[in-house]
Amino acid sequence: MLLNFCLAPEGRRSPSLPPKCHCVVKAEDQSSNQKFKFIYKTLKPHRFRSAMARYDRAITVFSPDGHLFQVEYALEAVRKGNAAVGVRGADNIVLGVEKKSTVKLQDSRSVRKIVSLDDHIALACAGLKADARVLINRARIECQSHRLTVEDPVTVEYITRYIAGLQQKYTQSGGVRPFGLSTLIVGFDPYTGVPSLYQTDPSGTFSAWKANATGRNSNSMREFLEKNYKETSGQETIKLAIRALLEVVESGGKNIEVAVMTKEGLKQLEEGEIDAIVAEIEAEKAAAEAAKKAPVKQS
Amino acid sequence: MECVFGMVGKGFALVVADTSAVNSILVHKSNEDKIMVLDSHKLMGASGEAGDRAQFTEYVQKNVSLYQFRNNIPLTTKAAANFMRGELATALRKNPYMVNIVLAGYDKETGPSLYFIDYIATLHKVDKAAFGYGSYFSLAMMDRHYHPDMTVDEAIKLAEQCIEEIRSRLVVAPQNFVIKIVDKDGAREHSWRRTTKD
Repeated sequence: MLLNFCLAPEGRRSPSLPPKCHCVVKAEDQSSNQKFKFIYKTLKPHRFRSAMARYDRAITVFSPDGHLFQVEYALEAVRKGNAAVGVRGADNIVLGVEKKSTVKLQDSRSVRKIVSLDDHIALACAGLKADARVLINRARIECQSHRLTVEDPVTVEYITRYIAGLQQKYTQSGGVRPFGLSTLIVGFDPYTGVPSLYQTDPSGTFSAWKANATGRNSNSMREFLEKNYKETSGQETIKLAIRALLEVVESGGKNIEVAVMTKEGLKQLEEGEIDAIVAEIEAEKAAAEAAKKAPVKQS
Repeated sequence: MECVFGMVGKGFALVVADTSAVNSILVHKSNEDKIMVLDSHKLMGASGEAGDRAQFTEYVQKNVSLYQFRNNIPLTTKAAANFMRGELATALRKNPYMVNIVLAGYDKETGPSLYFIDYIATLHKVDKAAFGYGSYFSLAMMDRHYHPDMTVDEAIKLAEQCIEEIRSRLVVAPQNFVIKIVDKDGAREHSWRRTTKD
């Protein structure tokens, strides 16, 4: 639990507050029309108690029309995160993530957006990357812990359920906020060898998908995938994932990070490889355009 | 009566262990693998209480894996040895693990190395190590014939000589032995020396 300790900012303090106090500042949902709520650590006169008492509860409380606003705001945070797409093929699953290319001095190798949780499971996410670090750490520990206690690797569904359960816990606890990220979890079932793609979101729900997108412009990507998805394998799956990503991302190998999960493990594609595939896709697009124009010309 | 020993050669390290699982006078099985492959380039031969051995070695193995996933880089042999020693030391004054370990590993930068880790958390980096009653014989044999930078064949021959000594001189000698080797190509099983089929 992370609590911010700070002196209440001068201008925003309610006039009935004592001049200086250490308080815990948390964001409140808009429906109660207050920017901040204060929970006091020191003893207060009784009149403060009664006014503030109803806020001394879990941060994630229902609104009158049945929404959990914090969770919905967390989903907003996800919508502002970078685009991520996952496509399931017959013998592989492809994850693609948008990479912001504006930072010139940053060592891009230290910013890996697609991480492996175990030898056969990988994860990509959209949203608050710092929250992702915490979730990924817990998931990695759980993968090893599962191996230790039952001598078997986790299934993709198990670890997804675990991560989703963790995300849900933080929507129902006092003093914490939900994780601001949606994850795409891919892997092969260690026993049946079946590939799977799952998605979780800040509310803690999860489900399996044939192909899905999350983050910025995820709706357009999902529409594209719904229109163009078909059962693919190998290189075709990679192309489909990159094509979906290119709908919303500037084209180029340096703007996309792609990783392929096969039975052998996770393989991160090099920039050169991605560029080559992007070039192929552009060529195919150009050919399709030309084919469309040609018959019109003849008629 | 458990015999585990190991030695460092030129560009590789060898660990030999007996493969008998014994409970007082009963031999449960003669093909129990006591040398665990910790990760791609580490071998851990363990002897001692069977339950503690399994518990501790698996615990170390999972933590070594976790380190690798978290940091995208494997632990060095020295780091793994120190981690093990630390765990043994922490448990020592409460609930000691009765496990003796010979850790062999190959690192790209430093080459092969061998560590002797006692059940009371003694840690030594050595060229040859041995545990158990068999150590009286194998250590003496290695002291006589070991020299630095042995080839794989020379080391295997020395291991065989040690096994012969153990078989002929130990009153309840283990039947079968397994030899595992780790070098730049990774950790793998080398061969078995059997007197009984299991």
